[in-house]
Amino acid sequence: MKYIEEFRDRKLAENLAAALRAEVQPGRTYRFMEFCGGHTHAIFRFGLPDLLPPEIKMIHGPGCPVCVLPMTRIDAAIQLAQTPNVTLCSYGDMLRVPGGKRMSLLKAKAQGADVHMVTSPHDAITFAKENPERQVIFFAIGFETTTPPTAVVIKQAREWKLKNFAVFCNHVLTPAALGWLLESGKDETSDVPPLDGFVGPAHVSAVIGTIPYEAAAKHYNKPVVIAGFEPLDVMQAILMLVRQVNEGRAEVENEYTRAVTREGNVKAQALMKEVFELRESFDWRGLGSIPNSALRIRESFAAFDAERRFPLAPIEVKENPACQCPAILRGAKVPTDCPLFGKACTPENPIGSCMVSSEGGCAAWYSYRGPAPGERHAQ
Amino acid sequence: MLNNDGRIDMTHGSGGRAMAQLIEQLFAKAFDNPALAESNDQARLDAPKGRLAFSTDSFVISPLFFPGGDIGSLAIHGTVNDVAMSGAKPLWLSAGFILEEGFPLAGLKRIVGSMAEAARKCGVTIVTGDTKVVEKGKADGLFINTAGIGVIPEGVDLSAHNVKEGDTILLSGPIGDHGMAVMSRRENLAFESAIMSDSAPLHDLVACMLKSGADIHALRDPTRGGLATTLNEIARTANVGMRLDEQAIPVRPEVRSACEILGLDPLYVANEGRLIAFCAAHDAEKLLKAMRAHEHGREASIIGNVVPDEHHFVEMRTTLGGHRMVDWLAGEPLPRIC
Repeated sequence: MKYIEEFRDRKLAENLAAALRAEVQPGRTYRFMEFCGGHTHAIFRFGLPDLLPPEIKMIHGPGCPVCVLPMTRIDAAIQLAQTPNVTLCSYGDMLRVPGGKRMSLLKAKAQGADVHMVTSPHDAITFAKENPERQVIFFAIGFETTTPPTAVVIKQAREWKLKNFAVFCNHVLTPAALGWLLESGKDETSDVPPLDGFVGPAHVSAVIGTIPYEAAAKHYNKPVVIAGFEPLDVMQAILMLVRQVNEGRAEVENEYTRAVTREGNVKAQALMKEVFELRESFDWRGLGSIPNSALRIRESFAAFDAERRFPLAPIEVKENPACQCPAILRGAKVPTDCPLFGKACTPENPIGSCMVSSEGGCAAWYSYRGPAPGERHAQ
Repeated sequence: MLNNDGRIDMTHGSGGRAMAQLIEQLFAKAFDNPALAESNDQARLDAPKGRLAFSTDSFVISPLFFPGGDIGSLAIHGTVNDVAMSGAKPLWLSAGFILEEGFPLAGLKRIVGSMAEAARKCGVTIVTGDTKVVEKGKADGLFINTAGIGVIPEGVDLSAHNVKEGDTILLSGPIGDHGMAVMSRRENLAFESAIMSDSAPLHDLVACMLKSGADIHALRDPTRGGLATTLNEIARTANVGMRLDEQAIPVRPEVRSACEILGLDPLYVANEGRLIAFCAAHDAEKLLKAMRAHEHGREASIIGNVVPDEHHFVEMRTTLGGHRMVDWLAGEPLPRIC
């Protein structure tokens, strides 16, 4: 398969591993964060840690849309799903994420809430068209990758004059979170680790381009290398980061040239701008409230905004104090630091959001490194 | 007479004349054999010598027709294979149908015909059956249950409990074909592809493997949950661990691509015409040769070996050269695949 097998080649991986071993400076530690859950998943699925020299430490970032959504938003979605005459359309992963009191959309569904699993916003709007007697709400989540398709269906709904379709918008912005991590890394009172560079997002960057990272790289003097989601992409990006660190450079470089340009997808950006505007601030699980870090639906599309159309009761939630998802999402801890990991919290019975999505740090670690990590290393 | 344009209605399950007509004109005709022809409430069979293998399976696959098969042939192959994994020669099957009111008779005829054809090719007879009809909306078209009985040749003892440290693990062919063929026809996913289900009877392959004289300890067909889940089941039962080589596990390029698009791992995708064999390491090459000589084992390969491991972990050297765990399937990414 073109664009898959070539990027999983063992010989090329061995060459890259040899180059990394040759170029890391002994005694120096390179702390790189892969922002995206897609990269975290690739790192574990292909056993990349076995190929990297010990000087390189990969820290898993918050780029998993399911993971960073705060419990209040999940509880709000559950409230919407329990509203009479409403069908809530959601991506499969979101169904299992526990909100407050360990309630989830899946449990709400079992208790009678009308929750419909979809694989795209298009599925949701089609469902609305075919079921005019139901009020259909699409539970929109994700970074810039999934935002343009949501914009498309909102515009479509207006064109089709749909009276029974709305979007519960939870789209968040990558550069804002990246900036927060860099700022916190400077703060000695914060538990966010100081980083030496970022493996930058793949699909997100295909939409937003590489320009949005340039100011942060310069201001914080940290290199960013945009990388594809295949294992050789990740290794090549790590090598590019090592070279930048060794040479004292802090640039935005693009390893993923087969999909990402400096300007990005200008059409998709225009579409996002037309339908959405910035929220003053938005709560991220683990990161807290970050200004200008999420999108809401513009006034001109208010008729399709679930937050405007459906009143929500105030929501108070208490996180399980033992769950380390928040610290894991900011790179301060690894899954095995959590007392619940692999014991009370498993993919079958998740307590924290990081154990739900395959892009979540805990789920990836559990699936690919095992429930009793540290004890094992295959030969 | 049964009308080709007709549909199943509640009378077809009432026990009355309409049901008798459906059974006589469709099921009895298609499955014709002496035991069934006696028209009793049970099949009366001569007990064979030796140990019996007995298995049952229900089929709720959606859609009913998919590239490379349909629910009818699948209902035969599925149970024949479950029986055959004991080394048994499958002999008799039962067939239970749950039909939804409104189901087209033409579709039912096609499915029953496909079952009869598959059974004939497998050398098994459908000796007893049952039909129920439920109201529209209470079943999705039709569901089938089959149960099967086979006789195990003398001296053959295949069981997951026999798997031990040092055993070699063999796989009879590429994985993921069935699951991805079905997914490619799902309404909300439908994508263009040439992937065909691997649905096939494996009893003859099993007979050839036994005939090779190789010291086989266990056989299993990796259906729901895929290769990964089946290996984990056996590791737990046998109280062992396993080490696999990802490069040795065959996956067709089109299956790999479809899996990439849908975010799936072929290790967890269902198969309906593949088996995994555990055999003594010194006989592995002999067994591989016997498998490759058979039409259903032509692409067989050695994929790993059994190691001592109190955690029962299945681990794999990845295509890239790193290592990872191969865990049980979590969640349900592909509902109603069989």
